Amino acid sequence: MGRALSLVRLFGRNGALVAPLLILLLLAFAVPVGMMLTRGVTEQELPETWPRTAAALQAWDGQGLPSDTVARTTAEEMVAARRGGTLNRVANRLNYDIVGSRTLIFSTAARLAGGTRITGLADLTAIDPRWGERETWAALRHASGATTSFYLWASLDRRVDPDGAVVGVPREQAVFVGIFLRTFKISAVVALFCILLGYPVAYLLATLKPRIANPLLILVLLPFWTSTLVRTTAWVVLLQTNGVVNGAVQWLGLSDRPLPLLYSRGGVYIAMVHVLLPFFILPLYGVMRRVPSDTARAARSLGANPLTAFVRVYLPQTMPGVIAGAVIVFTLALGYYVTPALVGGGADQMISASIAFYTNQSLNWGMAAALSILLVAPLGAVLLAGRAVSGWRPI
Amino acid sequence: MRAPFASPGQRVARAALIAFVALVLGFLLLPILAVIPMSFNPTTFLVFPETGLSLRWYRALIDSPDWSRAFRNSLAIASTVTLIATPLGTLAAIGIVRMRSPARPILVALLGAPMVVPVVVVAIAFYFLFAPLGLTNSFAGMVIAHSVLAAPFVVVVVAASLHGFDISLLRAGSSLGASPFMVLRRVLLPLIAPGVLAGAVFAFMTSFDETVVALFIAGPTQRTLPIQMFEGVREQISPAITAAATLLIIASTLLLGSAELLRRRAERLGAQRPE
Repeated sequence: MGRALSLVRLFGRNGALVAPLLILLLLAFAVPVGMMLTRGVTEQELPETWPRTAAALQAWDGQGLPSDTVARTTAEEMVAARRGGTLNRVANRLNYDIVGSRTLIFSTAARLAGGTRITGLADLTAIDPRWGERETWAALRHASGATTSFYLWASLDRRVDPDGAVVGVPREQAVFVGIFLRTFKISAVVALFCILLGYPVAYLLATLKPRIANPLLILVLLPFWTSTLVRTTAWVVLLQTNGVVNGAVQWLGLSDRPLPLLYSRGGVYIAMVHVLLPFFILPLYGVMRRVPSDTARAARSLGANPLTAFVRVYLPQTMPGVIAGAVIVFTLALGYYVTPALVGGGADQMISASIAFYTNQSLNWGMAAALSILLVAPLGAVLLAGRAVSGWRPI
Repeated sequence: MRAPFASPGQRVARAALIAFVALVLGFLLLPILAVIPMSFNPTTFLVFPETGLSLRWYRALIDSPDWSRAFRNSLAIASTVTLIATPLGTLAAIGIVRMRSPARPILVALLGAPMVVPVVVVAIAFYFLFAPLGLTNSFAGMVIAHSVLAAPFVVVVVAASLHGFDISLLRAGSSLGASPFMVLRRVLLPLIAPGVLAGAVFAFMTSFDETVVALFIAGPTQRTLPIQMFEGVREQISPAITAAATLLIIASTLLLGSAELLRRRAERLGAQRPE
């Protein structure tokens, strides 16, 4: 009751009106998103499946090899996990760190279940020599803590070696930095194209008489109203090998055979600019409508030529709109899934596709969460910076 | 910025600007319009120009149990979402516009977050939340997830229609003896009704068009129209897809067009009030 009263004091009586939606968003949005992102920095598999082994390995200093007691605990919990059907979790987690650990865990567990007695580390090493390597135990120890930087480093193509130093992963496994850079590059290029194409449109619409500008504005709003999926579908149909665009290209004699437009970077740029351009034009138009036209005229009357008046007087006044629009387009592009998934080729997938892959196919949720953290963090920074620079407020 | 006595150079610049804008507007509009004639194609291949007119692919949509079930699912989910998100979003918008508390910016950030957090991230969060609760592959799960995504749009649209709303009207209602609920129902809601209706349409379309969350959490029995289309485009593009796209274009144009008119009407009503 006391807490409820202090909430009333904090939000005022209007808080009661906001409360129902607030509770829904807290329970069904903020908490789950927070919990999901936490998976990127916490270990779940080993501490939950082999709690005693995890505790024992945390107590081990990481030098040399663990004691015979630790080896016995590990063997006991391995047998228990095999019986309980949870061995898979540990085996998968270890395999993220050292490829091949899956078979090590399963074959060892099978031998132990066959009745092999373990009195110390030497008995485990007799089953598989990898149990005698410090690297194996160091990986187990890494996976035993409550928190972990493992997934975040892996998202940056790095890993922590047995001595605790951060090293790069082998080149053939180093994919994520490339995907991140590609995602940021595609988003930046899309935002740039939206500025170049959208600024003149917003400018013309804002300077025309409303009687002419309003019908033209509908031409911008119509694509805005049409769903992303429908517009992406339209581009898939148009950009096909025997689609309309290729037909036009050949009819005009620009090329004598169909161009590979679909599943190419060019196709991704075209479709994404098409989908996101209204998100740039509309906020900029809103800002331009409020720029008084007298200021540029005043500059002209003071002797400035049209270009100077535009660059020195009009452009600076419209910059908040440009920044707001560019920030919206850039941040929406960063997280785009549908358009790159349908129009992009295998080599043009953005980070959202990797997140979806780790969630649905490989079921490596720690990795999906870490990639999400590295996607959301720069996005938040861009939004806050854009807000600070442009003074733009969505509500 | 148009000078009444433009020099020839300025006239050329103006003509170039108009030509450029015409090209950009064509780029925005033509791809959407191009889909429509293709859906009336009588052949199995998507050829352009047309070889004839036929409603064959619309027939195929109606006859296909997959497509008609997807349509029914989308309709049921989006209607339920509208019924949940509209009242919640409207109340929150009224509260947030009137609020002068230091906690307001935090509330605004939280209410706006579902619109900016990448939808893939939100989809996975729903997946992790719903899986242990048995809400994946369920109607309830889809409705909750889509309500979370739709409600912030209602807040934005209704809040816009509330700007400039004369708060003294509410005080007048109270001073004449009306209860707060009565004031809300008889004074405030009728005045902002266009804004609320526009918010409801936005909520409906947000759910009806939503693809990514549905791909992650919907089971075979909740397949929506966007999922059906997404997988159709991914596997092989049949002309039936262009027929479905055409129907969606018509639906969203009509619905959101009317919402836009309502929203403007609401803003005009607000703006006309003397300060």
